[in-house]
Amino acid sequence: MNYENLYSSLSLIQPEITISVFLLLIVVADLIFDKNKALIPFLALAGLIIASVQVILQVTNTGYAFPFSDVYLSRKGMVTVDAFGAFFKLIIIISSFILVYFSYVSDEIKKSEKNLGEYYALIFGMILGMFFLSSASDLILIYVALELLSLSSYVLAGFSKLRTRNSEASLKYLIYGATSSGLMLFGISIFYGLSGTTNLYEINTFLASHQINHLTLSFASILIFAGIGYKISSVPFHFWTPDVYEGAPISITAYLSVASKAAGFALLVRFIKSAFVTSDDSLGYWEILSVFDWHSLLILVSILTMTLGNLTALWQNNIKRMLAYSSIAHAGYMLLGVAVLSNQGLVAVLIYFFFYLFMNLGAFFIVMLIANKTGSEEIDDYNGLGYTSPFLGVALTLFMVALIGLPPTAGFIGKLYLFIALVDAQMITVAIIALLNTVIALYYYIRVLKHMFLTKSTVETQTVSVIRPNIIFIIFMLAPVLIFGVYFGPVVDFAKRCVQILGL
Amino acid sequence: MQVELTHFLVVSTLLFSMGVFAIVTRKNAILVLMGIELMLNAANINFVAFSKFGGFGLSGQVIALFVIILAAAEAAIALAIVLNIYKTFSNVNVDEINNLKE
Repeated sequence: MNYENLYSSLSLIQPEITISVFLLLIVVADLIFDKNKALIPFLALAGLIIASVQVILQVTNTGYAFPFSDVYLSRKGMVTVDAFGAFFKLIIIISSFILVYFSYVSDEIKKSEKNLGEYYALIFGMILGMFFLSSASDLILIYVALELLSLSSYVLAGFSKLRTRNSEASLKYLIYGATSSGLMLFGISIFYGLSGTTNLYEINTFLASHQINHLTLSFASILIFAGIGYKISSVPFHFWTPDVYEGAPISITAYLSVASKAAGFALLVRFIKSAFVTSDDSLGYWEILSVFDWHSLLILVSILTMTLGNLTALWQNNIKRMLAYSSIAHAGYMLLGVAVLSNQGLVAVLIYFFFYLFMNLGAFFIVMLIANKTGSEEIDDYNGLGYTSPFLGVALTLFMVALIGLPPTAGFIGKLYLFIALVDAQMITVAIIALLNTVIALYYYIRVLKHMFLTKSTVETQTVSVIRPNIIFIIFMLAPVLIFGVYFGPVVDFAKRCVQILGL
Repeated sequence: MQVELTHFLVVSTLLFSMGVFAIVTRKNAILVLMGIELMLNAANINFVAFSKFGGFGLSGQVIALFVIILAAAEAAIALAIVLNIYKTFSNVNVDEINNLKE
């Protein structure tokens, strides 16, 4: 055993180590401070702060951790630490910070306060799974990380047992999740049988140098895509999304729609890039192996995903359900960026995701504040809310406008870079379909605004008063959405810097 | 008769198909979970058979161990969730638990 190797590997996975240590600390603190749970959120915050510093350092400090130098030919390891993974880890960390505040405010979580220790421990389990997912370069590590993420989120989806819909959400999440991870594992076993290894780089070398049965490989690739598609909720693996998003506590819904989707996208991009791409050409387009046509599959799936998401969102009356379908549609847009299979498309995905984080979490936060007060998530109950609580109304309007993708919000910039990437790659037809989808999306987002500002309520609308910390928090969420809409240079530069994936 | 790789693959594919069939057709949540276990075990047979007949060393068998552990963890969580469902709905039929539909 080479100890020097081990130490350098361990120093590369510092954020993961921090998260694991704090997971254990939270469990212990939960046992020690049996009566007083107020300490636990702060412990979680401390862990997140340390991990975020370590993640930021990873943008420059890159390398391969845990190489198998004795068995395999290359020295590329199980975990690849690079700027691309660091970008997604940063997104996960930021949404975790927001989630801690979310849970602090949420009534649903407050009512089950005696289980707060388990709640944060499971969230840290999720974070650990997502961190490994965004930097894993070995199929088995991918499977283990995916299960760690899934198992924690099944429980969290049914965390507050106040309403029957929580348990229903967790059962549906469990059945769909376990099935797709079973499919994925079978695909991994076929990959292993074909190439004799589970390391993505080894698979790449093998596929490039050997003749293999294309049918078998396509079957295995589609099975693996089933597992990934479930995480990013793409058609046809999206059936769980509306039910789970509606049934789960709002804080968890918001987290699932951003963080676990980010991990899924990181996994998808790394899987394609590491296992199937041989080199970048001068314009940044990826030379992909001809063994499996990822381009057509991704285009087909993304068009289906966004069209179905947008069309079904049109007749939703529950706002959480509507946001669930809208998040399916957004996954479709981002899949298009991956389908371009170029560095430019990838930059567009990164930018889009960074903005999507703020606008989606912001919208969910306001929905939660309103649900805390009125106990309802039906869009009909939002009638006249824009006048009784103008601050919330205006803030929700801005988030919705950003989700549609209208200027001057950040959502517009995200969509703009995506469409530029599509047009540059000569995918005009696809760009037009995506544009038409944006127009459909306009209808259901505006419908919420119509209810808030134009429809007179038959019963008296309750006033939702907002306490000062919440106002500051909402402004904190609104600021990036508005500022990056006009001053987006830094984000674009950062995304361009983070697009380099190690391993070619 | 010599037992070849093909025999193992036929068994694992049959097992996998039976697992998928069980998930799609069964109504009882426990039986659905059994279907999922069948899928995982089909993949396990593949791993072990490939590592034995392909000469890939022991890695396939180690992977199978990982999968067994994860399957146990998943079963534990799944049964807890099903128990919770039984307490709220007093049955565990997947098609009757559909309050969350528009």
